[in-house]
Amino acid sequence: MNGTGGEGDGPGDARWAFGTGFEDPLHGVAVEPPPGADGAAVARVCVALADDALVGAQRLAEWVTCAPELEIELALANVGLDLLGQARLLYARAGQVDGSGRGEDDFAYRRAAAEFRCLRLAELPRGDFAFTALRMLALSSARLAVLDGLRGAADPVLAAVAERGVTEVTYHRLFAAEWVVRLGDGTDVSRGRLGRAVEEAGPWLAEVWDDAVGAELGVAPGAVRAACAADWGRVAREAGVPLPVPVPVGGSGGRAGVHTAHLPVLLAELQGVARAHPGASW
Amino acid sequence: MTAAEALAWRAAGGVPDPELPVVTVAELGMVRGVACDGAGGVVVRLAPTYAGCPAVAEIRADVAAALRGAGFARVEVETVWSPPWTSEWITEAGRRKLAAAGIAPPGAAPARGPVALTLSATRPAVPCPRCGARGTEEVSRSGGTLCTALWRCRACREPFAHLREV
Repeated sequence: MNGTGGEGDGPGDARWAFGTGFEDPLHGVAVEPPPGADGAAVARVCVALADDALVGAQRLAEWVTCAPELEIELALANVGLDLLGQARLLYARAGQVDGSGRGEDDFAYRRAAAEFRCLRLAELPRGDFAFTALRMLALSSARLAVLDGLRGAADPVLAAVAERGVTEVTYHRLFAAEWVVRLGDGTDVSRGRLGRAVEEAGPWLAEVWDDAVGAELGVAPGAVRAACAADWGRVAREAGVPLPVPVPVGGSGGRAGVHTAHLPVLLAELQGVARAHPGASW
Repeated sequence: MTAAEALAWRAAGGVPDPELPVVTVAELGMVRGVACDGAGGVVVRLAPTYAGCPAVAEIRADVAAALRGAGFARVEVETVWSPPWTSEWITEAGRRKLAAAGIAPPGAAPARGPVALTLSATRPAVPCPRCGARGTEEVSRSGGTLCTALWRCRACREPFAHLREV
C-alpha cells in the first residue's frame, strides 16, 4: 500500500518488479454500488472485516524470522498475505461506497485505534505458537461463516471478496485446526501450552462467536456461533483437550471501537513510517 | 472475435506469469476477455488468482506493455474479481507445461457449497511430476509462492511444488 496511488504500469516503472507504487486493487471495477445495496452498510462490513484481516496479518508477520520451523513460517506468512489481500480489496471498496473517497492507505495508516472495528482477539499480542494456532482457529471459523453468508451480497465486490475469501480462509482454518489437534494430542509441554492458550483466549471468544458483523447484509443470526461451535467441538474431540464454549457476554467491544491497550501499540508500529513520511513513495 | 481482438488475446495471453514463468497468464486462465474499439484501443479483463497475490501489479504492467508492443495505442487492463479465479481455469496446455517443469498441476477443485471441516487428512493424490509415482506426501501447505504447496515423493525422494487446487 502506498500513499501516492501511482499506476504501476507507467513507463517509468518498467525497471521495478512491482512498480514504484502499489496500484488500486479495484482498478476497473464499477465504483457505484448497485441499486438496492446500502452503501453505508456495505462500507461498515468491509471496514470491520478488513480491520480483522489487517491486524491479524500484522500479528502473523511477527512470526517471520522466528517461527518454530521454516515451513510454519511460510504458512503463517502466507496466511497473513491472504488476509492482507482481502483487507486491501475491502478497504478500497469501503472508500468507494461510503462516499468519502478514501483509499486503502487512509484506512490502514491514517485512523486511530478507536476508529478500528476489529475483534479484540485479533489484536492480542502474538503469544506462543499454541496461542497463534488457537486464535487462528477461532478467527478463521468465524470469518468463514461470515464470508460464506456474504457470498450472495448485493454488492458485487463484497460478494467476490467473500467468494474468493472462503477458499482462502478454509485453508487457514484447516492449518489451525490440524495444529491445535497436534498440540493437544502431543506432549505434556504442547498440551500445557495449548491449555494456557485456551485460558488466554477465553475471555475474548464470546465476542468472536457472537459477532453480528454481517447481520445487516443478511448473514443469518447465530450462523457464526453455530459454525464456531461445530468446529470447536470437532477439534476438541480430536485433540483430547476441552475447549470451553464461551458464554455470551453483553457490552461493546472491538466492533464498536472499544479495544485493548495492545491495539495502539500494534498500530504505532504498523503506521509509524507512513505517518512520519506522508505522501512518500517507495 | 475480430482480427484485432485475436491479436490482443495472443499478446496479452502470451505474457509469462512472473512467479511461474513456465506458463502464460492465458494458460493460467487469468485472461477473461478482450475488447477492441476498432481505433487502436483495447480493454483486457484480467482475473487475479489470489487476492493477496503480490504479482498482480507486475502482471498488469507486463500485459499492458505487451499490448502496446503489439501496436495498440490505448491500453486498459481491467481487474475482474467475479467470478473468482479457481484452479479449474488452468488450461490443459498449462497443466502439461507445469508438470514438465516439475510443478504438479492441481487436481479437481474442492466441492463448492457448505464448507466441510476435514481434520483427518484428505489430501488429493498428487502424482510425482518427476517419476510419476503416486506415493507422495505434503510437506507444507505453503510453498515458495502463495499458490503452491511443498510436496515430496516417497519413491524418488525428490521434493516438488504442487499448484494447490482451490
